[in-house]
Parts: sequence; structure tokens; C-alpha cells
Amino acid sequence: MSKKTILLIFLMVTSFIVFGCGKAKKNITLAGSTAFQPFAEKLADQYMQTKNDITITVQGGGSAVGIQAALSGSADIGMADLVELPSEAKELVATVVARDGIAIVVHPQNTAAELTTQQIRDIFNGNITNWKELGGADAPITVVSREAGSGTRSSFEEIVDSVRLRKDALIQDSNGTIRETVANDPNAIGYLSHGLINEKIKALKVDGQVSSEESIIAGKYKLVRPIFLLVKGNPAGDIKEFLDYILSAEGQQTIKENGLLPAKS
Amino acid sequence: MKLIGEKGVHRILMGIAFSAISALLLITLFIISEGLPFIFEYGLTDFLFSSEWIPAEKKFGIFPMIAASLWVTFGAMILGAPLGVAVALFLSEYVPRSVMRIIKPTIELLAAIPSVVYGFIGVMVLAPIIRNYLGGPGLSLLAGSVILGIMILPTVISISIDSILAVPQSFREGSLALGATTWQTIHMVTIKAAKSGIIASIILGLGRAIGETMAVIMVAGNSVNIPGSALDSVRTLTANIALEMSYATGLHRQALFATGVILFIGIIILNSIASVALRKRAVR
Repeated sequence: MSKKTILLIFLMVTSFIVFGCGKAKKNITLAGSTAFQPFAEKLADQYMQTKNDITITVQGGGSAVGIQAALSGSADIGMADLVELPSEAKELVATVVARDGIAIVVHPQNTAAELTTQQIRDIFNGNITNWKELGGADAPITVVSREAGSGTRSSFEEIVDSVRLRKDALIQDSNGTIRETVANDPNAIGYLSHGLINEKIKALKVDGQVSSEESIIAGKYKLVRPIFLLVKGNPAGDIKEFLDYILSAEGQQTIKENGLLPAKS
Repeated sequence: MKLIGEKGVHRILMGIAFSAISALLLITLFIISEGLPFIFEYGLTDFLFSSEWIPAEKKFGIFPMIAASLWVTFGAMILGAPLGVAVALFLSEYVPRSVMRIIKPTIELLAAIPSVVYGFIGVMVLAPIIRNYLGGPGLSLLAGSVILGIMILPTVISISIDSILAVPQSFREGSLALGATTWQTIHMVTIKAAKSGIIASIILGLGRAIGETMAVIMVAGNSVNIPGSALDSVRTLTANIALEMSYATGLHRQALFATGVILFIGIIILNSIASVALRKRAVR
């Protein structure tokens, strides 16, 4: 063999050794609810700092994706934020790790401050189409909603009963993009996870109740849903350890600090 | 090495070529096998012409999406094609060849920009402009058409430049010798000669526009609605698949594959027209 071939083989073998060795990392994937996704990422970061041999990846997609991924095994843990789990999730083991309020949000310049449940229903159904019917500016209401597989949407439509979304409502594919759309459009109204509210949008009072921790815990604010982490079969090993971490005092403290409600309060 | 020899290399290359084609064939077969049974079960006319897309109630009419895809592509053509052909003409007829050789690859770089970036610019810059000056929610058919028009520019410009440059210089010289100005030569001689190539470039650009998903999801609004005006929010066939595929099961999932079949057929038709036009250009 020529010198070049020997050198090439040597380089290949050494690079395989260098890249192939190293501690084998265990992997956990979470997929599903975009409402819980930022919090799952934060918890995963904190957890990975305490344990070096495990990698946790978090994906979004919506609660329906979370259920499907857990059922099919494409994710280890499915995240779903639903008022109640649908029948196809029966065979999954569900753990409640947090509770979250759904806030009705508008642009900060919007003069509206509160709505009743009936008004919300009418807006999303298309019966009220202009802000002036609610005492605001003369501008058409731009309704922003999620896609059909979203847990936030399913919970919203279940709690605010009889919602048949108007045909020309804008559809966005995650809590984050709803926030961006509402933040950019002075006439928009949408719903998203209470934990995702920032200074770019304004949350409205619903039936006189603010979407704050106190009202939710007191049961006064009605738009609430639990966040389930779904596992196929009983959680064991690394998955169980991660779930235990989320339910531990430290995990629940992180959840509380970032705007969600702890699982038990 | 001598062992492999001539026949061996021939067979290896043939194997590689076949594996590429068979990948494409397998994808086609998969989509058709998942989507076609649904079309037969649900009914083609109901599927194509009903306006109700409500998976929860087992209603799968994709007419609003077909209308949206067609309108968005048509809008992209109106905005992108004249601009593209004009740029191609300018670069090949009015600009020194050396300058064109620098600008053409730079424009082709536009094709390398990920569609998410186009979508992002659309959401941050274009949609507010449309909302403030023209009305409506901003995320609309018009926004989709503008963004897609920009996205098809590199394709149209590149292939049009190639077609225009392929026109023999003798055509131009003859025209100029008869006393025509540069512009008269261009629109009476050069464009007519390069016509099939320019049309092929536009059709290939349309093929890209119809298949574009990410940018359209971000700027078009995604309502299941037959557009009444360019400022209405629409959902294209591609956006429909992308929004719902991750969680669809059963009949819903098959309906999305059937949407894929329809898209497939549309793009095959477009590309066949384009290749016929391109072949006509070569044979003269």
C-alpha cells in the first residue's frame, strides 16, 4: 500500500476513535404542548446541570402531537395541556406537573380592559366584529387562534362553551407565534398560556377576574387547565427521575418563578 | 483496482443512479398508497369542491385551500415574473458581460436564503405595512404573494438570462444592421427568440411557489376561507398539510396525504409544461 493510503486509513481510524468514544449519553425527548415548552426547556437545563450523563431535548408541536408522540414512542414524554385527556390517551400514564391559566390577550394600545365570557364567545364566533361594539376604537377585530390540535385551543373552547371559530380567524401554530401576532397588530385578540405574558401584550380581565395566581388558586379565574406529562407504561429509570425532579420542591419553585402554577397548591 | 475494471464502474454508477430514482419512486408510491384510498372512499368531487374542512366532523373539503394556492401562485407570478424577466433582460442586454458575471451568482444566492427568513421578514416588515396602508389583518393573500414573488425571482432571472444569452448574436446583429434600436431589437427579436426559455423559467418559478410551505404559513394567516379580496387571510394546500400532519390520525391523516397527491399532480403538470417549453427552446 502506498504511503498516502496508509496515512488516510490512520487518519480515519483515529478520528473514529476520538469521536466515537466518550461517555455514552442517555437521551430523553419531550414533545407536545407549546405552552409548557419554554418551562420544560428551563427545567431540562437545570436538570442537566446537576446530571452530566443525560441529554434532554424538548420539542413543541401542540398537545395532540404530545399525545401521539408518547403513544408511538417517538418521544419519551408527551406534554399536553388539556382540561381532560382524550380517550386515546387512556393507555398513557399521566402526571400533573403544573397548572396554567389561559389569558385573553390584546395589544397594549387596545383600550379594552375586561370582557365577559359571553363577549369572548361572541368575538371568537364572529358575532361581535368591531371593537367599537365593546366601547373601543372603530376597528375590525382580528381574531387569532391556534390550530385544531392545540391543547390551549381545546381547553379554551371547552371552558368557554359553544365556540365555533369564525372562518376568517388567523391560525398560528404555537403560543409564541400568537403572542407575536397580537403584539404586532393593535386590533388583534388571542389566547395563550398565562406563563407567556410579557410587556408586549396585555391580558384582559375575564368576568372581572384577573388571570393571576391568586385568582386561579382561589378558583375565581375559570380559564385554567392542568399540564400533563404522559409516559407510555409506568415511568421508570431516567424518565422517572426527571419527573420526580419536576415535582420536587426545586422543580416546582422554577415553575412558580416563571409564571405557571405548581401542581398542588 | 484492476479487478473492478470498466464493467464494474459501469454497474456501480448504474446502481447509484437507480437508487436515486427508486427513492423518488418510493416516495411517490407511498404518498399515492396513503392518499388514493381516501379519495376513493370520500369521493373526489366532495374532496375537491366542498368548502368545509372540519376534521373533527369528518368533513374534508379542500376547495378553499386549492383556491388559496392558485391565487397565491398567480399573485406571485404577476409580481415576480415581469420583474424577473426585466432584470434578466437588463443584465444580459444592457450591462457589460463582466458585470453580469458578478451579479448573476449574487442573485442566485437569493435562492439559498432559507424560506423561514423570508417568512420572518414578511411577518416583521411586510404584514404591518399592508395592515397600516391597505387594511385587513396584514397576514394575507397579498403578503403571501409578495413574499413568494420575491422567492421565485432567482429562478426566473437565472434561467431567463441563460435563454436570452442562448439567442445567437447573429439575430441581434441582423436587427441592428436593419436600423433597429437596442430596445426594438430586444422586444421584436430577442424576446421572441428566447420566448420558450423565459416561459419555462416562469413555470419553474411557479413550481417553487406552489410548493412553498414555511414562508406561507408565517405570512398568509392560515384561515380556511375562500379569499374575497387580496387582504383576506388564506391557507394554502402546503400550509394545511404542515399545520395538521403532526397530530392527524386515521381518516384525517389520509386526507392530508390525499392533499399531497393533489399537490403532486399539480406540480407534475407544471413541470411537464416547463420541460416541453424548454425542449422547444433547444430545437430550432
